[in-house]
Amino acid sequence: MTQWPLVLPVFIPLLTATACAFSFRSHKLSSVISWAGALANLCVALLLIQRVISQGLLVTAFGDWQAPFGIVFVADLLSASMVLITAIIGVAIVLYSTTDLRSKPFYAIYHSFIHVLLAGVMGSFLTGDIFNLYVFFEVMLITSFGLMVINANRQQVDGAVKYVVLNLISTMVFLLAIGLLYGATGTLNMADLNAKVALLPETTMMLIAGLFLFGFAIKASAFPVFSWLPASYHHLPSAIVALYAALLTKVGVYALIRVFTVVFDLVDSGYQPLLIIIAGLTMLTGVLGAASQFNIKRILSFHIISQIGYMLMGLAIYTPLAITGAIFYIIHHIIVKANLFLIGGFLQRRQGSDNLRELGGAYQSMPWLALLFLIPAFSLAGFPPLSGFWGKFLVIKASLQTDAYLLAATALFVSLMTIYSMTKIWAEAFWKPLPDNAAAPIALTRLENCLYIVPIVALAVITILIGLLAEPVYQLAETSAINLLNPERYINAVLGNMPEPGQISVLAAGESQP
Amino acid sequence: MSSIIFRTSAHIVTVLMLVFSVYLLLRGHNNPGGGFIGGLIVVIAFALLMLAESPDYVRERLVYSPLAFAGFGVVLALLAGVLPLFFGQPFLTGLWLGKIGSPLLFDVGVYFAVLGSVLTILLNVEEELS
Amino acid sequence: MEFLWCLVVGVMTTCGVFLMLERHIVRFLFGMILISSAINLAIFVAGRLTRGNPPLIASDALLPAAGYANPVPQALILTAIVIGFGLLLFTLLLAYRAIKELGTADMDKMHNTEAGQ
Repeated sequence: MTQWPLVLPVFIPLLTATACAFSFRSHKLSSVISWAGALANLCVALLLIQRVISQGLLVTAFGDWQAPFGIVFVADLLSASMVLITAIIGVAIVLYSTTDLRSKPFYAIYHSFIHVLLAGVMGSFLTGDIFNLYVFFEVMLITSFGLMVINANRQQVDGAVKYVVLNLISTMVFLLAIGLLYGATGTLNMADLNAKVALLPETTMMLIAGLFLFGFAIKASAFPVFSWLPASYHHLPSAIVALYAALLTKVGVYALIRVFTVVFDLVDSGYQPLLIIIAGLTMLTGVLGAASQFNIKRILSFHIISQIGYMLMGLAIYTPLAITGAIFYIIHHIIVKANLFLIGGFLQRRQGSDNLRELGGAYQSMPWLALLFLIPAFSLAGFPPLSGFWGKFLVIKASLQTDAYLLAATALFVSLMTIYSMTKIWAEAFWKPLPDNAAAPIALTRLENCLYIVPIVALAVITILIGLLAEPVYQLAETSAINLLNPERYINAVLGNMPEPGQISVLAAGESQP
Repeated sequence: MSSIIFRTSAHIVTVLMLVFSVYLLLRGHNNPGGGFIGGLIVVIAFALLMLAESPDYVRERLVYSPLAFAGFGVVLALLAGVLPLFFGQPFLTGLWLGKIGSPLLFDVGVYFAVLGSVLTILLNVEEELS
Repeated sequence: MEFLWCLVVGVMTTCGVFLMLERHIVRFLFGMILISSAINLAIFVAGRLTRGNPPLIASDALLPAAGYANPVPQALILTAIVIGFGLLLFTLLLAYRAIKELGTADMDKMHNTEAGQ
């Protein structure tokens, strides 16, 4: 029975997606199916993390083909917590989109795609096979393409072209890297790769690691290759952009962390100095880009990039404390970023615009929303005791410990600039009176208000909880980080139940015959 | 495209190809073939019919929306995946009843998923372009 | 033999990159097709070019007979081709839609997403 919680996080969203697509005639029915699927997934995710904490790593080999030959799903603490956060976001987005996307044609297809996307994300977090990671990336990517162009207007099509072009390049580079890695080592299992990559000649290893770095950097929207993100995100429906902002780039960061700890060693691969520079520049360009924008969604999109910088910084410093910080940061960031976009979307729905020049007076009409905005905004900027403070504190402390003072100074400066952007949204959208030329706010029904506010409140509560109960989350992140840097337990759990050694050597000889 | 020879032969060839696709699907059990290629052949058969007649004609002959076929296929394939879990075996393990087993179910699922999704694309593109 | 195939992969990639540098969206797509085929070939070559038997295990044996061809690269390529096929279809239609909607195939002239700033 140990396999159930490992398989269900991918299985439930796929089944829900099919059911939603079949129920396209009735909006009500597809909403209910979608809610049920998201909630069931949350339950399974809770079960999974409880199992992982109590029993350690869970592994299942598909079709009973044992690792390293078959495809395995592995849940360690990092994967399980990522799955849990994804499931939480899934519930929030599904609730929010019930009203946000209601007016759209193809309402059921939106829900269907959201669930396929969730399946892709969950699969990426759980898989222990690098080619399977590619497949789940593609599931995620193709669905995100689809969501981007359903019922698209001019701007969305234009944004989608940019998004698709850069992501296709990333996909191809990633595939090439996998092909070369297989050619060099003869295996695709991440646990098995750990030992075999160490035996490679240095130039081969550096070439392949560089390709992986480039491919994942595009997915994570790191410094020189981030332009797809601000070009495509801000014209999407709010529920969709919140989903993308929360998950897509973070899967890229997760893949970077996983591949550059378990498969390659970042220090041995020789890309550590480069990644430190990339991290610093990612933070800076993101936050400077945001400073010049006057549209809520664009400001927030640029902030995704600057926050990705912090996570990369944690990975680049590569001490247990730094990686703990990076993992803490991902967990915090997924929740906070989704919440900010949901609030931005709510403002947009009421006022019919997401341009700060046409917004205002929200504090007067909805003081509670202003408070709800301040929680994730301050958390993003890093005010104690909210969740963002701890993430920033950990990565900056780690950078000071390794004497990376410039990087620490950049991180602190970026944090200041984040406050500037957040106060800009606050001042323009909430504090300033509504401009005379702006349209009157749209009155929403009680149910609509409720469906908009419940996910926002829930995510805000989680942000506060992560901040106040930082200790357990910190311990979870720390254990994950230590396990990532010493992947013996992971490797033993995956490869532990191999067939007898004699059989393997015969098979290996057969596989890599020249 | 309205030549009578083409239209008449398209109907015959479509039927032959549908039969052939089922043959390929079953042959895939332990020879080259399988659900994916079988599904694609169904798509080609209907593409031929679409060229000879019209997309609407094909939609009418399909009875259900092609997307429904795709959904049905995905459900079948997922079912083949979880079935072994009820018997305490890992996901996607083959369960056998004599010569017939859950891999066949999976293949049939792939067959429907492929024919459904590719036909959806094809019919929509044809309607959009013409 | 492998060296020859490496050259082929290299030439295809070069042509693909050259095409992708064009601003015309359809040329970009052709470049992408070339590169993705080149990558599939690269995976094939990376799996070693051997003249082998089908990797089938006889019903009374535990291992396949010696001299079998490595099936993994072919499985990888098959998956990659299927995924590439889907992506390509999508991108072609997106390009069609973009040209119709935006009135240009020149990616330098696609500025609509920045509008309203």
